[in-house]
Amino acid sequence: MAYEVNGITVEHDEEGYLSDLTQWNEDVAAILANDEGIDMTDEHWEVVNFLREYYDEYQIAPAIRVLVKALKKTMGKEKGSNKYLYTLFPYGPAKQACKIAGLPKPTGCI
Amino acid sequence: MSEGMEEGGSIKKFMYMNRKAPYGTIYALEALEVVLIGAAFDQDVSLAFLDDGVFQLTKDQDTKGIGMKNFSPAFKALGDYDVTKLYVEKESLEERGLTADDLMDLVYEDEDDDWAEKPSIRLVSRDELKAVLADQDVIMSF
Amino acid sequence: MSILHTVNKSPFQKNDLASCLSHASDADAVLMIEDGVYGAIKGTKAAAQISAAGATVFVLGVDLAARGISEDKIADGVSVVGYDGFVKLAAEHNAVNSWL
Repeated sequence: MAYEVNGITVEHDEEGYLSDLTQWNEDVAAILANDEGIDMTDEHWEVVNFLREYYDEYQIAPAIRVLVKALKKTMGKEKGSNKYLYTLFPYGPAKQACKIAGLPKPTGCI
Repeated sequence: MSEGMEEGGSIKKFMYMNRKAPYGTIYALEALEVVLIGAAFDQDVSLAFLDDGVFQLTKDQDTKGIGMKNFSPAFKALGDYDVTKLYVEKESLEERGLTADDLMDLVYEDEDDDWAEKPSIRLVSRDELKAVLADQDVIMSF
Repeated sequence: MSILHTVNKSPFQKNDLASCLSHASDADAVLMIEDGVYGAIKGTKAAAQISAAGATVFVLGVDLAARGISEDKIADGVSVVGYDGFVKLAAEHNAVNSWL
């Protein structure tokens, strides 16, 4: 299974997560977001970029409560909440934001 | 029975024992995944590193040459998961020619203490670890 | 007739290294790979067994790096080699014996 992005084949698994996260770029993210029915705003990108930085440092996609805690610390109480994240990613921040960020499904995401 | 169990009837002391080196077998990586998944259940979690398990925590691991994923940075995220007690057995380090300086600097931020950074690694003797183990409700060994 | 022996298990969990060293001839080479590379750390029981052995002892550098064991921790008398050195050792000896 694969996406075609600007003539490049980008492999993904049966749930749509990228097989090789080095193939990620903003065009790939736009296609992934479109599949999820999400119109990417600056606020969406803020979360997606945060997830990519987290993965770069720790080599894992954070669980939702870890993401909330970390966002609360760096971006304040309003953005560090389940409610805010679900407003941006209605079908689950872990599932949708991680997918758009090109990360594997978070460990412990059932 | 621990006090926690009598109170809420749900908080148990969980110990994950790590006795294998990373990379040579899949045990170390699998154990870490189980810890990260289990952290969602709000239990009182501890990790113990003894025997070859102490090798999981060495700093400056660089796996480019062997084509495997370096999962040691994930230990630095354990604090975010409220896993803040990593018991490392002194005798196991010494027998392997290692000291605490050879291990990663693992810390957690204490939310109740203005996010102060505190060390997660607790160096313990074999006897001290024995006492820690005796105090657990559930032990999972990898 | 000389043999290249490879050991891929930690000497702290299995006795493969000790057994290999005691069965290797002076003309042989012993190469520690994968978890076997922990045997190269100085100041351990394994390091003492290596210095008492007659065979020449090597360790694979990429496996050391993966495990965060820096070269200043390597025991005297153990030489670090790369994949190219591994190939060269295999070619120089008549047979390869993998202690699994």
